[in-house]
Amino acid sequence: MAGSAGPEVLRAPLVVEFPFTRSLGPVQSAFLTGLRERTVLGVRTGDGRVLVPPVEYDPVTAEEIRDLVEVGATGTVTTWAWNPAPRRDQPLDRPFAWVLVQLDGADTALLHALDAPGPEAVHSGMRVRVRWAAERTGAITDIACFEPGEPGETDEPGGTREAGGEPAAHSGRFDDPVTGIVAAARLDYTYSPGRAQSAYINGLSARRTVGERCPSCRKVYVPPRGACPTCGVATEERVEVGPAGTVTTYCIVNIKAKNLDIEVPYVYAHIALDGAGLALHGRIGGIPYDQVRMGLRVEPVWSEGGRYPDHYRPTGEPDADYETYKELI
Amino acid sequence: MAPTPAARDVAIVAFAQSDHRRRTDELSEVELLMPVLHQVLDATGLKTSDIGFTCSGSSDYLAGRAFSFTMALDGVGAWPPISESHVEMDGAWALYEAWVKILTGEADTALVYGYGKSSPGEVRDVLTRQLDPYYVAPLWPDSVALAALQAQALIDAGETDEPALAAVAARSRDAASANSHAQVRGSRPQGDYVVHPLRTGDCPPIGDGAAAVILAAGDRARELCARPAWIRGMDHRIEAHGLGVRDLTDSPSTRLAGERAGAFELPVDTAELHAPFTSQEIVLRKALRLGDDVAVNPSGGALAANPVMAAGLVRLGEAAARIHRGESDRALAHATSGPCLQQNLVAVLEGES
Ligand SMILES: [Zn+2]
Repeated sequence: MAGSAGPEVLRAPLVVEFPFTRSLGPVQSAFLTGLRERTVLGVRTGDGRVLVPPVEYDPVTAEEIRDLVEVGATGTVTTWAWNPAPRRDQPLDRPFAWVLVQLDGADTALLHALDAPGPEAVHSGMRVRVRWAAERTGAITDIACFEPGEPGETDEPGGTREAGGEPAAHSGRFDDPVTGIVAAARLDYTYSPGRAQSAYINGLSARRTVGERCPSCRKVYVPPRGACPTCGVATEERVEVGPAGTVTTYCIVNIKAKNLDIEVPYVYAHIALDGAGLALHGRIGGIPYDQVRMGLRVEPVWSEGGRYPDHYRPTGEPDADYETYKELI
Repeated sequence: MAPTPAARDVAIVAFAQSDHRRRTDELSEVELLMPVLHQVLDATGLKTSDIGFTCSGSSDYLAGRAFSFTMALDGVGAWPPISESHVEMDGAWALYEAWVKILTGEADTALVYGYGKSSPGEVRDVLTRQLDPYYVAPLWPDSVALAALQAQALIDAGETDEPALAAVAARSRDAASANSHAQVRGSRPQGDYVVHPLRTGDCPPIGDGAAAVILAAGDRARELCARPAWIRGMDHRIEAHGLGVRDLTDSPSTRLAGERAGAFELPVDTAELHAPFTSQEIVLRKALRLGDDVAVNPSGGALAANPVMAAGLVRLGEAAARIHRGESDRALAHATSGPCLQQNLVAVLEGES
């Protein structure tokens, strides 16, 4: 496990973004639309409890539940945690408390942020009220956060719960209901490809293609992943392959890819570089697309400043005999 | 509820783990994992081709590498094609799947592994993506924040206080002094609040690591290991995903899994609990009725090394290794998943005297 972090370890920023578009069930739709209209809805379970935020199915019995009620926009903190250093996408950009709030009329608690001056101003049992976002779209973030509020303060407009009484039934119907949400998410990484792939990438920067040989079955992997998937052992012996190789199979691409400035049709091929135990893939250029064939001998073409071959072109050698590459298809 | 008697005797016969470290930039996931696979195979003399079933646990989100688990299979030697499965969960759940596979008679041996590289990303943010995408994930409540809400609930209920939490941290990391694989070895100051009431010392270290075990049935287990750690029962249970629906000061899912695994039939001498936060050990001790006579987390637990997606499997491995070494006769192992101990697995392991 030693492996020293030598100068050849590569790192690069990697941003992964995934904007999921999610449809809503009837209860979720009513709840999120209600938030847009500054109305907080809960759902009543078979045994009479009011769940806020409401769900489509009873968490205990799995029974479908649809009886909506309107609860207050004020409530009581059931537990809290002071966050001195907010993270990028959290509700407030200054220190705040995470809180679970049991809204008046609800039997369960809702997670959100509480805007408070400091941890000494927060305690379980304290009364809080919703601070609505100025612009509301039908999302949990329509509640900007909670803010401290005294017991007995009246609800925000829209609240119809009578003090101490049962929450009133609500049809859940609003004009222009929200039926889906787009949940954008971004995660930032620092990618490091590991020992074998770092060596491969470093080789490419000197326009050399360096694979690794399995000590057991002797196969040369290009690009190397650090292990022989057949033998399950590390591949550490570096072997320079190519530069020329043989087209083992190919396809003709007829649809232009987004963000890719290559004229169609073009050929994308599996290329077994001389000395490699398996084919890698690359684009074939310098020859009309309909003249590319299995066995065609090709060599890499490097673009100025490129860190990998831009494409491969014919070498002009006679085609390779099928027997020489059939195991690599 | 009565425990389900196991239909077949199955044991953990070998365990190996990496040295868990803050960063492993020089290693890809397969490079991190492969030495651990070799160690656990070498311990039994088995080759990949001798293994009846292979099952792994990991999550692509940790390192931001799509389908990283298929790359990890390179380290197994999966050709010709092996019987294989993967869970996007801690390796403890992969172990559960492998155990069931052996119980059904479809395999006599299994290789189980879990690995995680948290260093490339921000694990506190990454873990928010496992939360309810409608009501919770858009707020990005990080893993420490959610654990802190649970800790405060425990403090409010009078079940613990900050000195008691600090004592859990100190005991765990003192125990890890004897564990060469641990990332944090030896007690350290509790430090500042990360999210009040949890301080740095109450939180697990962030790091990279891998673990693997081998399971075997009946006489095969006795051939492969001088003192197999027999799985007397294992069960896992989950609670509602809504945090505000749950009583955060208790863990009924752990208790039920423990009952089903037979944890309460006889006392255990050892418990390896997967409690990444000090406050979670308080909840688990109560749910599992562990007294002061039980050695809790002699390995140091997740407070000493918390390779996400492997740390639960490490608990099963550490408990088994203690039985292998003759230091325990009956041990409980626990793994958790999700926020605030949402999902829990309990196994009871025994050695033969
Ligand atoms: Zn090989």
